[in-house]
Amino acid sequence: MTAAACYTLVLIILVAFSVAIGSKDVFLKEGFFSFLSGTDWNSVEGRESYGALPYIIGTLISSALAVAIGVPISLGIAIFLSEMAPPKASVPLSFIIELLAAVPSIIYGLWALFVFRFWVRDLVETPLHNAFGGSIPFFAKTPFGLDVFTAGIVLAIMIIPIVSSISREVIKAVPNSQREAAYSLGATRWETVRIAIFPYAKSGLLGAAILGLGRAIGETILVTMIIGNTIGISAIPTSLFSQSQTLSSLIANEFNEASSNLQLSALIGLGAVLLILTMGINVGARLLVSRMVKVSAGGRE
Amino acid sequence: MHENEQISGNRRKIQDIMLRHSSKRRLMDKIVSALAVVGVLAAIIPLASILLEVIKNGASAITIELVTQPPGAIGSATSGGIAPAIQGTLIVIGLATLIGAPVGILTGIFLSEFAPGNGLFPSAVRLFSDVLIGLPSVVIGIVGYLTIVLTTGSFSVLAGAFSLSIIMIPIVVRITEETLKIVPNSIREAGQSLGIAKWKITLFIVLKSAKSGVITGIVLAISRIAGETAPLIMTILGTSLFFSSFTNPVDALPLRIWRLASQPYDSAHSQGWGAALILIIVVMILSMALRLLTQRKGFKVKASHV
Repeated sequence: MTAAACYTLVLIILVAFSVAIGSKDVFLKEGFFSFLSGTDWNSVEGRESYGALPYIIGTLISSALAVAIGVPISLGIAIFLSEMAPPKASVPLSFIIELLAAVPSIIYGLWALFVFRFWVRDLVETPLHNAFGGSIPFFAKTPFGLDVFTAGIVLAIMIIPIVSSISREVIKAVPNSQREAAYSLGATRWETVRIAIFPYAKSGLLGAAILGLGRAIGETILVTMIIGNTIGISAIPTSLFSQSQTLSSLIANEFNEASSNLQLSALIGLGAVLLILTMGINVGARLLVSRMVKVSAGGRE
Repeated sequence: MHENEQISGNRRKIQDIMLRHSSKRRLMDKIVSALAVVGVLAAIIPLASILLEVIKNGASAITIELVTQPPGAIGSATSGGIAPAIQGTLIVIGLATLIGAPVGILTGIFLSEFAPGNGLFPSAVRLFSDVLIGLPSVVIGIVGYLTIVLTTGSFSVLAGAFSLSIIMIPIVVRITEETLKIVPNSIREAGQSLGIAKWKITLFIVLKSAKSGVITGIVLAISRIAGETAPLIMTILGTSLFFSSFTNPVDALPLRIWRLASQPYDSAHSQGWGAALILIIVVMILSMALRLLTQRKGFKVKASHV
């Protein structure tokens, strides 16, 4: 049994070591910081040069979009389910949200590639482009539907289940006395949420959002299918409708086609960056959520 | 008379202000409520559309040929089926479960029964299993590639199963630990008062009464790994052949869907939808089972939490 528990530790060590050893070559050749800040991605023999910056930016932008779209929606769902809906409605609704969590990301990807991107292109992107394309560089590129914007929206849909269900848990953990105090002062439902629930649940809700961010950053296959997969400096999005590339999508795209050991090492180096990014984010988020839920579980009794 | 009029005038004014103010507040309340409902719709519409499209496009693609034949030449009109992918998915998931479930359950038992309190070792195990849950699956694939594919020299079922088991273990650990924790202490004490050895109490009394919770954890983990694609790219590679041995590449449904979707042929896309329908049916059956398991025992596990 202790052996089984040790296995978890061994796995972590294995992850850390293998990623470190696998990416050693590229860090030695490029140097740690110039790998992070480089924009080249050239696997031609003799001219090999690798830099991770465009993909770091692509990852951060698509995930930031996902959080900007997904978190408010998730908060709405959490508030609706915990404060507004009668049990008759909230039970089936939360089941539906759980189903959304069960859909594999490859199926999100398939749906996004063949169905959803046309909705986005025709209903959102083209009107925005026509209206503001000339004046605001944000909307400048002619939209095809395969871009950071679509990736952000689909990632947002993907993180809704986890963010909303954790937010709901956190909101549930707010003591009822808080609500009662607000209602007894004549507050409306929204005022109760705003003055009694949000301040109390702040850190937990922040944790839920960050956890969603971690999910979005780590997501691979779905992003690979819809972000457009450009390489090098052009992967830095210049507008919402630019094709781009994330750390994980580049790994998925090139891993099996890597032509040299250095290219493989560069891909693993991207994995190392991704690992550090998500690990920091997840540990931080878990700390925020668990502190909140623990405190209030004690306070409710 | 005059004073009275003034007072009633003032009163009306105040009431007016209050009314106007409260109607503003009510309006705000209504707006926010409406926004919350919009949020719910924003989650339901994609789900409905996904299910609809998968069923619509998938149902017409599913034929006997699709589920029994290996893939044919790329782009040909009669392009065979996805049978190796179905077979491969079952084998890889089965093997991953054989590795992941025992390790996960034992670790969960260890944390709940044999390592009470917050010693250094159990806290480290808990923290690390939390870290494992948050690892991006593509990184786990890289680990599988480096540790197994590189050392054995071939893409293989083993490498895929090993990678998926890394995803599975922390999920099983957490749910096992949580389930065992809600088994009342009186049951353990009853065993102890009869002088039964601790391992027997754990195995035959505590674990038995927490059986459905533990199974829930395993089912949840399986439904999570069934749809994983990224780690399979760099471990099992994908092939159009049936399973031959544990040290050779195999195919898997998610991987096949990805490859089919990136081909420029309609027939490939249609097969992709068929594969997606099969995959989603498997996953939905698993989550229905999960629902039933968790409802019967009044035991709460949130699928979306892990």
